[in-house]
Amino acid sequence: MSNGTPTTAPGRTAQRSAADRTQLQTIVRRFVRHRPAMISLFVLIVIAAFAFIGPFFWMWDHRVSSEILSNQPPDSTHPLGTSSAGHDVLGQLMRGAQQTLKVALTVSLCATAFGSLWGATAGYYGGRTDAMMMRIVDVFLIVPPLVAVAALAGNTKGGTTWSTIAIIIALFSWAQIARVVRGVVLSLREQEFIEAAKASGASAPWIILRHLLPNAAGPIIVAATLLVAIAILMEAGLSFLQFGIQLPDISLGQLIGEARTAVSTRPWTFYPPGVLLVLICLTINFIGDGLRDALDPKQTMVRR
Amino acid sequence: MLVYTMRRLVGAIPVLVLASILTFVMVDISGDPLLELRTATPPPPEAVIEQEAERLYLDRSMPERYWLWVTGIGGEGNIGLLQGEFGPSTQGQQYEIGPEIAERLWTTLRLVGIAMLLALGLAIIAGAVSAMRQYSKLDYTLTFVGFLCLAMPTFWLAGIVQASGVEINQLIGENLFKTIGDGRYGAEGAPPWDQFVNAFAHMALPTLVLMLTSFASWSRYQRTSMLEVLNSDYVRLARAKGLRDKVVIRRHALRTALIPLTTVFALGVAGIIDGTILTETVFQWRGLGDFFITAVENNDSYALMGWLLLSGFMVILANLIADLLYGVLDPRIRYE
Repeated sequence: MSNGTPTTAPGRTAQRSAADRTQLQTIVRRFVRHRPAMISLFVLIVIAAFAFIGPFFWMWDHRVSSEILSNQPPDSTHPLGTSSAGHDVLGQLMRGAQQTLKVALTVSLCATAFGSLWGATAGYYGGRTDAMMMRIVDVFLIVPPLVAVAALAGNTKGGTTWSTIAIIIALFSWAQIARVVRGVVLSLREQEFIEAAKASGASAPWIILRHLLPNAAGPIIVAATLLVAIAILMEAGLSFLQFGIQLPDISLGQLIGEARTAVSTRPWTFYPPGVLLVLICLTINFIGDGLRDALDPKQTMVRR
Repeated sequence: MLVYTMRRLVGAIPVLVLASILTFVMVDISGDPLLELRTATPPPPEAVIEQEAERLYLDRSMPERYWLWVTGIGGEGNIGLLQGEFGPSTQGQQYEIGPEIAERLWTTLRLVGIAMLLALGLAIIAGAVSAMRQYSKLDYTLTFVGFLCLAMPTFWLAGIVQASGVEINQLIGENLFKTIGDGRYGAEGAPPWDQFVNAFAHMALPTLVLMLTSFASWSRYQRTSMLEVLNSDYVRLARAKGLRDKVVIRRHALRTALIPLTTVFALGVAGIIDGTILTETVFQWRGLGDFFITAVENNDSYALMGWLLLSGFMVILANLIADLLYGVLDPRIRYE
């Protein structure tokens, strides 16, 4: 195991052995050494900057402007061309990426928070409580998520804002997290430190929040990261079916849906949103992979 | 084994019932089946709306309606799952939900089944090869392709594949790939071979799309479990006693490495159902995906419920099959 062997890195950390490092430092070190994950992190930051800061510097936004000629292929004034209705595609792309990222992050945060609590509670109490709570998780797992979300969002009046969509997607994403966390907690709760906490009179909520969840942080973080990618794909699918974010607001999936019939006639409206979407999901998956390697103490960095 | 199967099936009933209650409540509170009538211009007379509400059993409370939907007791004979009726549709009196689902089921099952089997095969091969040549160029390539497919939105990939299909058709000057429709119409009565060719031409591209988007996560799991097995002592022993590499892989390693895949496979079924809807939409099939979308658009509660029930049933069935496969693959597991 690489965190057990004292490695002396050249340069600035020459005097410090691995034993001196805090856990966090070890994790960061392992993550930094995971090349695909670091490149991905960089790319993702660039995309996020493009989505959130870009609109301040770009003259066109996602709305139709009378000054924009429609159906123009890319040129110097519109680097990515214009749509059939007279949108600047680059401006649309910025806004679309922004909405997509907002939805995905909200989903991941809400679903992870709720799912972890649910899973940890079920795992900690065990027995009948556990059986009941996990039955409910099963119920959420057997319904295909996109379908359930579409049924809800397509029906909901006002289900068109990004926050509504995010909450509805989160409602059907927490079950996976709950399952992961429960599995980890089941093995954690048998360990001595939990027994010690119980013996010193700690209450169940205290044990769950202060002892169990922090110790399950590794798997939770990884699952939350991967959930971002899943949420992005789900939101995209939803918007593509026109049950998601609706005009005049846009998202990447909706842009692809709009351009679907124009793959060969206006390829500049079809490919960029897709490429951006793939890039976001790809980088997030690589980051998740890197985090998994960095957070899992059983992982060896040594090649066999 | 039979006893175990029965016990599992019985155990699945409460989950299915709970799921149906959950979805029923959700569908009920989120949509109004009479919305179209209420917002129509000019507004229809109150009596018409009331009549429609009565036809859809909307004059009863939600728990009553759920009970009615399950048992059909006190209904007009067109509702009640236990009697094989799915309930009235908002899409007119002629639109019968049960026969409509049955008619489209074959179209969709064909696509899902073939794509799933192909994806499984591809995942096993790619995962095993990746593990056997760990950290080789081939491994990195396969890993990257897997990640790419995992990040690819189904409908975007479908759009690209569809466009390429059109391109290829133009290039060879022949209508090789049918890029629109499921080929069910106009094919009746043709000789079996022609029917087969026609179905194949329509199915090739959607199947490819569904296969590519499904295989990626499975092949990752297959790689991990294969790696674990290849590094285990018993495989080393098998090698040490002089077995040929092929035999070691096929008889000792691969068999064991398949076990975790069955679980992941069952979990993936829900995802495939999602993917099918998107793929069918892009290729304009009249399958269950299209059925679902029309149901959502028309606020057709009973149709939606029928659909959700069917898909929930399929997921549970897949899980059961996976558990039974466990017993076949892993001799340590016995279902008594």
